[in-house]
Amino acid sequence: MADKLISKIPEGPLAEKWTNHKAHIKVVSPGNKRKMEVIVIGTGLGGASAAASLGELGYNVKVFCISDSPRRAHSIAAQGGINAAKNYQNDNDSIYRLFYDTIKGGDYRSREANVYRLAEVSNNIIDQCVAQGVPFAREYGGLLANRSFGGAQVSRTFYARGQTGQQLLLGAYAALNRQIAAGTVKSYPRYEMLDLVLIKGEAKGIIARNLCTGKIERFGAHAVVLATGGYGNTYFLSTNAMNSNGSAAMQAYRKGAYFANPCFAQIHPTCIPVHGEQQSKLTLMSESLRNDGRIWVPKKLEDVAKLRKGEIKPSMIAEEDRDYYLERRYPAFGNLVPRDVASRAAKERCDKGFGVNETGLAVFLDFRTAIERLGEDVIRARYGNLFQMYEKITNVNPYKEPMMIFPAIHYTMGGLWVDYNLQTTIPGLYAIGEANFSDHGGNRLGASALMQGLADGYFVLPYTIGDYLAGKFKEPKTDINAPEFEEAEKAVKDRLNKILSIKGKRSVDNIHKELGHIMWEYVGMARNEEGLKKAIQLIKDLKKEFWSNVYVAGDPNTFNQEVEKATRLADFLEIGELMAYDALNRRESCGGHFREEMQTEEGETKRDDANYMYVAAWEYKGDGVEPELHKEPLNYENIQVVTRNYKD
Amino acid sequence: MDKILKELTIKVWRQNGPKDKGHFETYKVHNISQGSSFLEMLDILNEQLIQEGIDPVAVEKGCKSSGPISFDHDCREGICGACSLYIDGRAHGPDDEVTTCQLHMRKFNEGDTITIEPWRSSGFPVIKDLVVDRGAFDKILQAGGYVSVNTGGVPDANAIAIPKPDADESMDAAACIGCGACVATCKNGSAMLFVAARVSSLALLPQGKVEAARRAKAMVAKMDELGFGACTNTRACEMECPKHITVNHIARLNREFLKAKFQD
Repeated sequence: MADKLISKIPEGPLAEKWTNHKAHIKVVSPGNKRKMEVIVIGTGLGGASAAASLGELGYNVKVFCISDSPRRAHSIAAQGGINAAKNYQNDNDSIYRLFYDTIKGGDYRSREANVYRLAEVSNNIIDQCVAQGVPFAREYGGLLANRSFGGAQVSRTFYARGQTGQQLLLGAYAALNRQIAAGTVKSYPRYEMLDLVLIKGEAKGIIARNLCTGKIERFGAHAVVLATGGYGNTYFLSTNAMNSNGSAAMQAYRKGAYFANPCFAQIHPTCIPVHGEQQSKLTLMSESLRNDGRIWVPKKLEDVAKLRKGEIKPSMIAEEDRDYYLERRYPAFGNLVPRDVASRAAKERCDKGFGVNETGLAVFLDFRTAIERLGEDVIRARYGNLFQMYEKITNVNPYKEPMMIFPAIHYTMGGLWVDYNLQTTIPGLYAIGEANFSDHGGNRLGASALMQGLADGYFVLPYTIGDYLAGKFKEPKTDINAPEFEEAEKAVKDRLNKILSIKGKRSVDNIHKELGHIMWEYVGMARNEEGLKKAIQLIKDLKKEFWSNVYVAGDPNTFNQEVEKATRLADFLEIGELMAYDALNRRESCGGHFREEMQTEEGETKRDDANYMYVAAWEYKGDGVEPELHKEPLNYENIQVVTRNYKD
Repeated sequence: MDKILKELTIKVWRQNGPKDKGHFETYKVHNISQGSSFLEMLDILNEQLIQEGIDPVAVEKGCKSSGPISFDHDCREGICGACSLYIDGRAHGPDDEVTTCQLHMRKFNEGDTITIEPWRSSGFPVIKDLVVDRGAFDKILQAGGYVSVNTGGVPDANAIAIPKPDADESMDAAACIGCGACVATCKNGSAMLFVAARVSSLALLPQGKVEAARRAKAMVAKMDELGFGACTNTRACEMECPKHITVNHIARLNREFLKAKFQD
């Protein structure tokens, strides 16, 4: 194991690790907190909650976001809910059960101690959000309501209609606004981080571009927190927002932060299918719909043919001619199997020719049974906004005909490697939320992203960052005129000028779409050695094409979205390559990573615990050079590692 | 199968920066699927404008443009509130309860001329083309749109029962996405619906009631200070709100505001 990969997992029994750790890490006195500066990049659930909480503690925080307001961060689009081990339903939920489900859901590729802590603080999150005025759904008695999500047999998901992410983010954003008003936090909307600045090997600031004026500026601090989300947009088409990108993580990676498990990308089973070549992004239909929706395809190929020709409607197909394939294959969990399992099962049916839609790349999500049982009004109350959204996009009324859905890239479990303190391999650089790798292993369970973002931002980072900063309070404010800033700024400007000066023949989107096709084809739902090797070569070629033939329109010294997209694409090309290297190395199937060579006779994932029960942490070795693999072994002391089973 | 619109004429407001006077430019787009979203149509137009930059010889006569059009957009599923276009004289275009990104081309017909403008309000200065600065909304919320609790040390989430109708109504108001359609639509450029949504959402909950008076006064004062107009109850905001936030919340804001003033 490389020296840098010290996970700092505390000693002691699992349930006491976090308490013990908090008791022993250092704290910074109130007077000294006022002298210290922290930069937070990103204002989603992780970034906003961290910046607000750090501000409340008295640190001087600078928070940056690429949008016009912190509230636009893509956490806002999370629909279904947030998990917590409250056991309000008396269905025998517990911290241990949430921990167990998360480890199992992640196919035994996440870190025990981190996941246990996540389950432990989950209850505090719900308390915090309620205190902020988040209008969670309630029962008639006035207490909080819950629903079920995939990969769990208890009802532990708290929700605010189909807009849970929005409501939680507005809560964190309100807390952030309060600190901005109090003067502890300074907000920089429409700023994009373009590089990380290290002084003597420690993170001391950033170079950022003012997106309105194009001006390159320097910002210094005692520590830097990346809360910049995932890199799903490497695939061009994903459920991520158009501006979501992996650039900050790549800047850190190029400066020495290790990147962990990049190949672990989540493909969400319930997205609205692609309508054609003009598609710009994919829209998710919340997993919560699987509480009441049943997934099926026709049993008979002749029905499939008639559907594709538009000769019959899905509602006309008789019950006995429908194949509810999730209920058939996974009777214990039925339609609520985890996302990776549901996605692969949809692909299996479509590959066999049973897919619906003109393209053959869709399955049905049907509410008929639930509407018959509960009535249309109940279904409308539960999912009204999702049904409306579906109808606006597809022009089909889902109360009458089933929805058509298909898997799409949704979330990335991989991210910057962090230790138990959420610190990367660069001292002073932290990564929280989707930007790090630590909690979800090979597959994230539904309603756990919101939980992790807020756990990290409200309840973990504000403690652990103190341990680092306590050793720094004597250090003066970071001097942004230091030669390291000078150099970093010059490098940023040179890279930008290089991209702008190419003036080739292809637009940024055009190259990005090609990258997306390569990724989906070879690094998508099913991967194999030959395809991954091909992908690496194709991406290398495309990178050359980008650096010799891209055309970036417009003036870089004004608001210019082409410039933004171009710098992000340069990084997506590198992430794509890194994902392919990682997928090639991991010759096992686990979670969302399905290597065709490694499957059971029934087509389920086949892990190789003897050889791959580790976190793959990649070290940057220079432009065009293969990155170096470091391994952090995963030890399961409190959980028995078994084959995931959602059948019995 | 979605129909293909063979030709559309797109008239777009172009403005190179906050100080530029701005002007309309007119373009043609071809072969747009009615299944495409409005913003996908703009993507296609932008790709065309970029191609003209790459190969100016191919440009039709008299079609010299200012390059790709800047417009705010992000989630493209109607929740982030970034997109903000005034289309054919309506905020978010000719459909009800949608944001621009959810507007689909099936709302348009072959040969249509579509006019696209930015939000026009003194509260929202233009940054470039169709992109405006809505930072004023952040400032209003910073003035009091929160519950003053720090992280940690809060009671159990079920410690206070909240009647379901109150929680539901609070959620109705909390659905505001901060897009600014209400301001753009209002003849007075008033931000009342936006302010009311936040004030009302919090005032309906016991956690928010504690500071209700201070919040209403502070947010209204900030709104006035930032140059938004007065509310004259035309209800245009309610008509164009993509999240169907009703003027009942403005009534509640007024009640909260008056209550606060009586307490002074």
